[in-house]
Amino acid sequence: MSLVNEWAFIGVFVAVAWVLPALPLVVARIFQPRKPNAIKMQTYECGVETVGDTWVQFKVQYYIYGLIFLVFDIELIFLFPWAMAYNRLDFFAFGAGFLFIFLLADALIYAWRKNALEWA
Amino acid sequence: MEQACINPIETLAACLISAGATAELASFVQILIGVLLISAFPLVLVILLIWVERKVAARVQDRLGPNRVGPYGLLQNVADAVKLILKEDITPAGADRVIYNAAPIVAMLSVLLIWAVVPFSPAHIGADLSIGLLYFVAISSIGTLAIMMAGWASNNKYALLGAFRVVAQLVSYEVPMVVALLVPVLLAGTLSMQALVRAQIGMWFIVPCLVSAIIFYISNLAETGRAPFDLIEAESELVAGYNIEYSGMKFGLFMANEFMHAFTANLLFAVLFLGGWSGPGAEQYPLLGFVYLMLKTGVVYIFSLILRATVPRVRIDHMMAFNWKFLVPVSIINLLIAALLIQITRLFGIAPAPGETDFVAHLPQALILLLGNLALIGGIIQALRSSGRRDRLAEQARSRADETAIIPAGSGD
Repeated sequence: MSLVNEWAFIGVFVAVAWVLPALPLVVARIFQPRKPNAIKMQTYECGVETVGDTWVQFKVQYYIYGLIFLVFDIELIFLFPWAMAYNRLDFFAFGAGFLFIFLLADALIYAWRKNALEWA
Repeated sequence: MEQACINPIETLAACLISAGATAELASFVQILIGVLLISAFPLVLVILLIWVERKVAARVQDRLGPNRVGPYGLLQNVADAVKLILKEDITPAGADRVIYNAAPIVAMLSVLLIWAVVPFSPAHIGADLSIGLLYFVAISSIGTLAIMMAGWASNNKYALLGAFRVVAQLVSYEVPMVVALLVPVLLAGTLSMQALVRAQIGMWFIVPCLVSAIIFYISNLAETGRAPFDLIEAESELVAGYNIEYSGMKFGLFMANEFMHAFTANLLFAVLFLGGWSGPGAEQYPLLGFVYLMLKTGVVYIFSLILRATVPRVRIDHMMAFNWKFLVPVSIINLLIAALLIQITRLFGIAPAPGETDFVAHLPQALILLLGNLALIGGIIQALRSSGRRDRLAEQARSRADETAIIPAGSGD
């Protein structure tokens, strides 16, 4: 298959992947009983009603993990082409990769030393 | 003519064109049929998977498991699905309706799309993208988005807190997973899934990349929310986690998605580290390759099920510490060691030529890499032992200091 066909396949797949899981929901819509009332529709029906706004700001630790992840995620994107071409490169590629990964590890060590990895 | 027997869908377009269809229509029909086949397969498979899972868990706990509906209880999940479809599903007041309804579909989609690049046999693959592995990494992170959507749109604090936690877990474990995946790429020099499998015909990647395989397996367990990392389902502390407000078939989709994701993760493990479809005779008879792939996947899948039924779950802070303070540093060191050893073996001329399918030609490099991996494992165990001993001695010293501090205070009275 040609390159265009490969991506056309992915495009069609995305469309089908939206439709197929929606099918049981549509079938359920047809067969299920629908008798909504105010009490049934309450948030957390069988428990105590929510106090205050639902969308709270919670724990800063989640945000910090998100930030560290972002650093890694972006740097990893750059490592993929390096790894892919590695077979065709000489020893210099290892040195360059080592430097880059060292900088990556440096960020982790910094976060560690700053106690950003503690669940507190 | 022989090609027609191996992959009838490939030759369908030619047949349609000769029957008078335009080339665009013919290739569209061909693609559509391929997509429907590949995406329907996991959806049908999941019914069997839930049965397998319940049976294995039951056996481990010395129970019988489902055995009433159908032979050996095989139709139990069909009955469950019918029940879920007949249930009224509730959209809670104040929920963000669009996101709330889209979340289970997006969750399912994130797993289904992975199947597009899985090489089932030498002749059968949805789309052999040249960046197949990167596509897998990208698609598997959509699952995180679906969970955040579900937790956020439910208008329930428990759901939101559960979603926070799950997102922290999934996002964190993605890092060691991707770093571990870089090592097979280093060896194969390609991101195409089919080429990655072909590179393993001589030697499965689990031998030269042992540590990567273990890290990939562990972080996959966490990514799919399996025990011991099953904090996605938090019945005891957050009532249920992100899916608390879901009922009926929408809840069913989340559950089915979890089982499907677990199998897909093991499938990827088999493809990337256990040689995928490769095995004796797979090149001549592609169907045999499919059987090999399913057998390999089955073995690791059953292993993960037994693991799930055996180990207790970990605490969230332990889990995050295990990831960031253990898995991530180990995976980075592992990547550096692998890169260094690959260059050294190439320098000495014992690295196999690209495309080499002979087992013996792969042996020297694989053994050297395996030795490096074993040395790394030994080093890790030593480091853990010494740090454990240091903690233990510090603990003892502290308790001794406490004792001596108490006794004079008591005698002074």
